[in-house]
Amino acid sequence: MLIYTLQRIGLSLLICVTSMCLLFGAIHVIPGDMATIMLGARATPEMRERLNHEMGLDRPVPVQLAIFLSKAAQGDLGHDPVTNRSVRTVIAENLPYTLVLIAAALGWAALAGIPLGCYSAIRRNSWIDRLTGVLSVGTISIPSFVVAIYALLLFAIELDWFPVIGAGEQGDLKDQLWHLVLPSFAVGLGWVGYLARLVRASMLEVMGENHVRTARAFGLPEARIVLSYALRIAILPTVTLLALAIGGLFSSAVFAENIFSRPGIGKLIVDAADLHNYPVVQGAVLTTVGLFVLGMSLADLIVAWLDPRVRSSF
Amino acid sequence: MSARASDIDVAVAAAEPAEPGFLLRAARRVRSDPLGLLGLLLVLLVLFCAAFGPALAPYNPFKIRVSDRYLEPSVLQLFGAADKGQAVLSHVFGTDNLGRDVFSRVLTGTQIALGVGAGSIAIALVIGLVLGLVAGYGPRWIDNLLLLLFDSIYSFPTVMLGLTVMTLLGPSIGVLMLVVVVIQTPAYARLIRTATLSTKSSEYVLAIRSLGGSPGRILLVHILPNIIGPLFIIASMDIPSVIALEAGLTYLGLGIPPPTPSWGRILQEGFDSIRDAPWIVVAGGIPLILTTLGFTFLGEALRDLLDPKLRRIV
Repeated sequence: MLIYTLQRIGLSLLICVTSMCLLFGAIHVIPGDMATIMLGARATPEMRERLNHEMGLDRPVPVQLAIFLSKAAQGDLGHDPVTNRSVRTVIAENLPYTLVLIAAALGWAALAGIPLGCYSAIRRNSWIDRLTGVLSVGTISIPSFVVAIYALLLFAIELDWFPVIGAGEQGDLKDQLWHLVLPSFAVGLGWVGYLARLVRASMLEVMGENHVRTARAFGLPEARIVLSYALRIAILPTVTLLALAIGGLFSSAVFAENIFSRPGIGKLIVDAADLHNYPVVQGAVLTTVGLFVLGMSLADLIVAWLDPRVRSSF
Repeated sequence: MSARASDIDVAVAAAEPAEPGFLLRAARRVRSDPLGLLGLLLVLLVLFCAAFGPALAPYNPFKIRVSDRYLEPSVLQLFGAADKGQAVLSHVFGTDNLGRDVFSRVLTGTQIALGVGAGSIAIALVIGLVLGLVAGYGPRWIDNLLLLLFDSIYSFPTVMLGLTVMTLLGPSIGVLMLVVVVIQTPAYARLIRTATLSTKSSEYVLAIRSLGGSPGRILLVHILPNIIGPLFIIASMDIPSVIALEAGLTYLGLGIPPPTPSWGRILQEGFDSIRDAPWIVVAGGIPLILTTLGFTFLGEALRDLLDPKLRRIV
């Protein structure tokens, strides 16, 4: 287990470093220089030169890469030229909102999707199973930003049940939760169907296995068989999926935050992209990549801990 | 552009094995799978709109008539919801903030959506195929290097990667296609790599090797035809998510630049006037929902029909 853990951590570090090199390389591959992109075409040569110097862009490329990597390793993501603060502070202000949104979306999706999938597997071919099947394919494929816009139009503007913009008053928990409902609904909707399908498929597989038959033969109550013997194993693929979901959730959060004008990493990136504020875009993207890689490694480790066969096959 | 839209036909046709009785099996299948039939009908409708949309559009989608701004959709008249004096019967989905006919814009946008989606998936397929074959058949170190690259690209949340590239290069159709290609290629390359690896050591490949077949011949003539089927199915199932991605990035103002009528653009402009003219976002979202649902239902039906084993992968 220790060797597997170390291997897995090494791999994720390697992936992080490669991603940083890719991001870094992207700046140097593009035609035109950074200063022109950030300052616009009307900037004077002196202005460009000063920005280049401030951002260290006048040094040799390998030196820049080394500085970039070592600073990022220390948690220093650079300087935001627009607000004149460090990128890390800006991200630290916005990240909690996104994490809360993602957690709420994933939470309600799991609470709805896992029981639905479980029930569909036990009552196979019942009308609930069929309905779940159709609805999950439907909700998976509809883009989350269309769901968000329609939800905003219907529940916030036409019916006026929920607030339209913002994340709620600071310190007022009820207000903040109220503002969270629609965005987390939009982000989580697709995952309900996804989780239901996945849990259903793996439940069907597990319910046919020998140990479930043995439990039946011993005359255990059906509820006990399902909950403590079958679901426990059937939930494993879901753990991996939830980690993979982080990437998709960040993407959906970008739309939800922009549509509902909610502070967060997604809104930060889009606003920075509008201003060609590349340091902030880069820092925010790196943060999401880091969280995604962290989530995937954790999921792999949890699965390896639960299922020893995975460890030896690595 | 319409040539690109027909790429899907080619992809679907190529995925069909040429064994006898296929049509009969397909016909039987359709009866037992109403969702697949619904998907087929929706996809045919979308393809029809892509091919003939510009010719069928009742108005010029670019024509600005400020005197006709925010006309209510004439569809609403059927339900008696519109003010009688204001509505003009001919604008089915109403007009937008510049007096352009929303229905004509939605119709014309089909071609862009399908063209960009199918075109970039086709490019990603070709690149992924080559990289996958190289990784699977080539020396171990190339395999490891490519895998690390794929994993690193994969660890960027898709929208974040798109936003980064768009910030650096500016919005245009070419850049949008580049983003989609970069995001999709690793998935296809990985699939081809795995299939190549498992075919590489099969007996018939060993036999050709011992007869002195060159690597190129082995790969192209003997391995490729055996592994390419699933790739087409998976690629056709990616069409909805790619169309959603391009519309999403355009919605954020980073994809297809104005005045080209694209669905993401219609949604973005409609969102700005969501209180005055809610029909614009409704009209912009409907084709997205229909297209993604249609391709997903059809894709699932095709997959179950052609290669039931893939169920586990997708």
